Order: sequence, then C-alpha cells, then structure tokens
Amino acid sequence: MTALPERIERKLGLVIDLDTCVGCHACVISCKGWNTENYGAPLSDMDAYGADPVGTFLNRVHSYEIQPEGGGCAQTVHFPKSCLHCEDAPCVTVCPTGASYKRAEDGIVLVNEDACIGCGLCAWACPYGAREMDQAEGVMKKCTLCVDRIYNENLEEVDRVPACVRTCPAGARHFGDLGDPDSAVSQLVAERGGFDLMPEQGTKPVNKYLPPRPKDRLTGGVATAPVLPTERRDATGFLAWLDRTLEKI
Amino acid sequence: MHPAPSVILFTVLSGAGFGYLAFLGLGAASTGWPAFWQFALAFAMAVGGLVSSVFHLGNPQRGLLAFTQWRTSWLSREGWASVATLLIMAVFAISAIFFGSIPPILGVIGAALSVATVFVTSMIYAQMKTVPRWNSPLTPTYFIACALTAGAILSATWSLALILLIALGPLQVFCWMSGDGRFAQRGHDMNSATGLHGQIRMFESPHSGTNYLLQEFGFQVARRHAAKLRVICICLISVLPAITLLIGAHPIAFGLAFALHLLGVFVSRWLFFAEARHVVQLYYGREAAAA
Repeated sequence: MTALPERIERKLGLVIDLDTCVGCHACVISCKGWNTENYGAPLSDMDAYGADPVGTFLNRVHSYEIQPEGGGCAQTVHFPKSCLHCEDAPCVTVCPTGASYKRAEDGIVLVNEDACIGCGLCAWACPYGAREMDQAEGVMKKCTLCVDRIYNENLEEVDRVPACVRTCPAGARHFGDLGDPDSAVSQLVAERGGFDLMPEQGTKPVNKYLPPRPKDRLTGGVATAPVLPTERRDATGFLAWLDRTLEKI
Repeated sequence: MHPAPSVILFTVLSGAGFGYLAFLGLGAASTGWPAFWQFALAFAMAVGGLVSSVFHLGNPQRGLLAFTQWRTSWLSREGWASVATLLIMAVFAISAIFFGSIPPILGVIGAALSVATVFVTSMIYAQMKTVPRWNSPLTPTYFIACALTAGAILSATWSLALILLIALGPLQVFCWMSGDGRFAQRGHDMNSATGLHGQIRMFESPHSGTNYLLQEFGFQVARRHAAKLRVICICLISVLPAITLLIGAHPIAFGLAFALHLLGVFVSRWLFFAEARHVVQLYYGREAAAA
C-alpha cells in the first residue's frame, strides 16, 4: 500500500558529516558492490567497457566549491547523496502499483521490485535524485539502508550497518535511529547543527547533514613561515681541492 | 524534463479523444454509420494514446497492478478514470450506432467522466512539487482547455470551437509566463539544495558519464529555440485554426482547423516537457536563473 504509515516506530537513517568527507567515493563503490550482489535486481551497467558507459548507483558523491560570503578562501565540500528516507516521502504516494512503500517499523523506504512497472513517476517525485531506473531490469532502484545487512545475524555485529557507513575511511557517515533523541546520531545532529536538504519541499528527510566548519581566516601578517638564512659552509682540505678541481674542468 | 515521444503522444491524443467523447456524450453524436465513424475516431485517439503510454514502462506486463493504489496515486486514478469512461462511452456508442437511440443520462455521465479523465491525467504532472512549472492549478486548466477545444472542433460545434480557440491562445501564453518564474519564486537554489552557504559551483560531477537522472531530468532547451517554438505553437494551436473556422463552417474547414490545432498541441506539449525543470538539476550545478 502506498499510503504512508501513520506512525513510524524508529527512524533509521544516516548522518553525513560534510566536514569530514574526503570525497574518496569508497561509499559509492561499496554500495554498488553490496547492492549488486544482494537485495533485488543487480545494479547494471550499460556499455560498461565502451565509449559511453551508464550505470545504476544508489549513492553518488558530488563535489562543490564554495566561495564564502564576505570573501575568504574558497572551500571544497564533498557531498555524498543517497535516499534520505523522508518522513513525508513523495515517491511513495505517487506509486500506482504499491511497489514503493515506507516501513512502519523502521521508516526505511523500499521498492518491491516484483510489483514495479518501471513508470519512473517516483523518480520524478523525488527532489534529491535518489532513485534511478535500472536500464537492464526496467525497475526502480534506490538505497535500502542495507536492510539486508543491518538485521543480518549471519554477519559480525560490527558489520550490521549500511555498507557505505562500514567502508567510510574518514568516519564521515553515521547510522542510527534519528527518532530517538538520545541516540548517538541524534546527539551528533544536535551538537553540530545538522540540517535537512531542500526543506522547502516539505519532505521531512530523516537523513541529516552536518555542516563543514568555515576555513580559518588569515589575521594579517606573513602568510608563510619566515625564510631561514641558508648556511654557507666552505669546504676545507681534500674536499676543497676536489671542489676547485671540479670547477676547473 | 526529457520530452519522451510516447508520453507526448499519450497526453495529446488521449486528451483530444476524451475531449471529443465529452462532446459526443453531450449531444454531438449521430446515429448509425455516421456515429460509427465519430466513435471510431474518438476511441482510436483515446485508446491509441493510452496504449502509447504503456511503451515508456520498464515492465508493462505488470500494468494491471497500477489499478490498486487509487487512494494515493494520480496515475492509478487515471487508469480507473479512463477505463470507466471508455466502458460507459462504449455502451453509449453501441446504443447510438446499432440501436439508433442516444441515452441522454449515460451521455452526460460519460461526458463528465471524459473531462474527469483529462483532469486526472493532468494531475499526474500538476502534483509534482519537484517541477515548479507544472505544480500549479494552471496545468489542469490547460489540459482540459486543449481537450475541449479539440472536441469542439471535431464535433463541428462552430461557435464554441471558435470561442475556445480564441481563449486558448491567451491561456497558453499565461501558462508560459507564470511558469517561467515559478522555479525561482519557490526559493529553490543550490544553497537550499545543499544546505551550504556562500556562492556554490559544482567542482566535480559525481560521475564522468551520464546517468538516468541526467537523461530524465537534465534536458535543457535553448531559450531562443523555445521562443521561436512558442510563436509557432500559438499560431498553430489558436490563431490559424480560428481564422480557418472564420472563413467557413465547411467540414473541410473543421478538418483543416483540427489538423492545425492538433499540431499546435503537439508543439505545446513538447514545450511543456522540454521547458520544465526538475529541482534535482540544482545538485548538478544548474542554477534556477534560466526559465
């Protein structure tokens, strides 16, 4: 049923630290790796070795250059983006078949691929570009929050987090219950001033982003360390003779 | 938005077909053989349009599931509305063609359902907050106006066809003008998209090639081309067919007026998709400045 659940018990989601992300794209690759082998149809690539490859990905890292207001050094921000598992998910209610749904128990937005007709309307309704149609299968693919990892008792406990979170070498991705104000992720959001993407769309995203710290400003004076005087040491003895002889040649 | 031919064909043809069915239900229908040709044309356009819409589905074999979610989904409601309309009008058509009788109440119900179907189709687009150009009550107004104009011309209702043709031009221009600024008015820009402050530009795309998002939502039409097409559209959708009908109310004039008008609706519908910008473009560094 594509009506949104009235009450969501837990709001599982991600917190992405834009201050820490180094833009290595490891989360993109681990996401593609895990999700191609597990939940649903594999994430296909078309013309993978040709001139114009196109593929399905559930997570993408944009990189932006920001010129701060009032001058100062420009800043590079790496910006990972995947499904935000919105509370008011517009992608769910537009689905004509009931394939797209939001789970009441943990708030994860999923696609039942056996019911998806591939009309693409959910991708139109998503402001964030979180859904991509798989061109081989003709069904809509999206982040599952690694629903097949987080409850998977066959995995070590440390691995029961989304693949992107597990793989991030910078610790820029955090996973937890954003509906519980005492959870580590909620504390992090409160502490660091986590924010929503495109709040004016009214989607109420569960995933939050933590802002990058502003770059240090120069407070006058010399920008570089003082230049040290180069020490001149004249050679003596044999080395002095060698030096002179070599000069003459 | 990518102007997919199947979706343009679907909205234009089914719009004209349901518009014609509305007029047939409200008294434009003949009986016997003339009625057969009238209904054949109306059903060919309405059903042909619906069939062409199936071609853009990834898995059309599961299409029947689309009837299940009418409580929330406009696309599902469209399935129901079109099937209900076609069934009611089929009974009406059989009665007119084979029994020479026109059941008036059935006709009124069929006509109301025909207009409702066009409305529901338009709501698939009008509901999209992510495409500010479409997200307005003007979208259903424009769809219904196009459908009724085509219906009036096809049913040779001279005065009404002329009034609708003359009204459609200004309505179309108004839709364009109010749509042009709506993206910026809604406050969507790269800052709101990323939550970052300052002047933002995309430093590196997330992928070196293209992807589904850019193919579907990255379409951009050159502004000078759009301006030319708008002029061509107004001439075809409104001015030329109106002049044709003013010259004479002959069946050939109605045929010519319909051909010109339908071509105009095709241009208009192409622009409807091609000029519409999806907010996801902001993540790819395409600012709201362009219309």
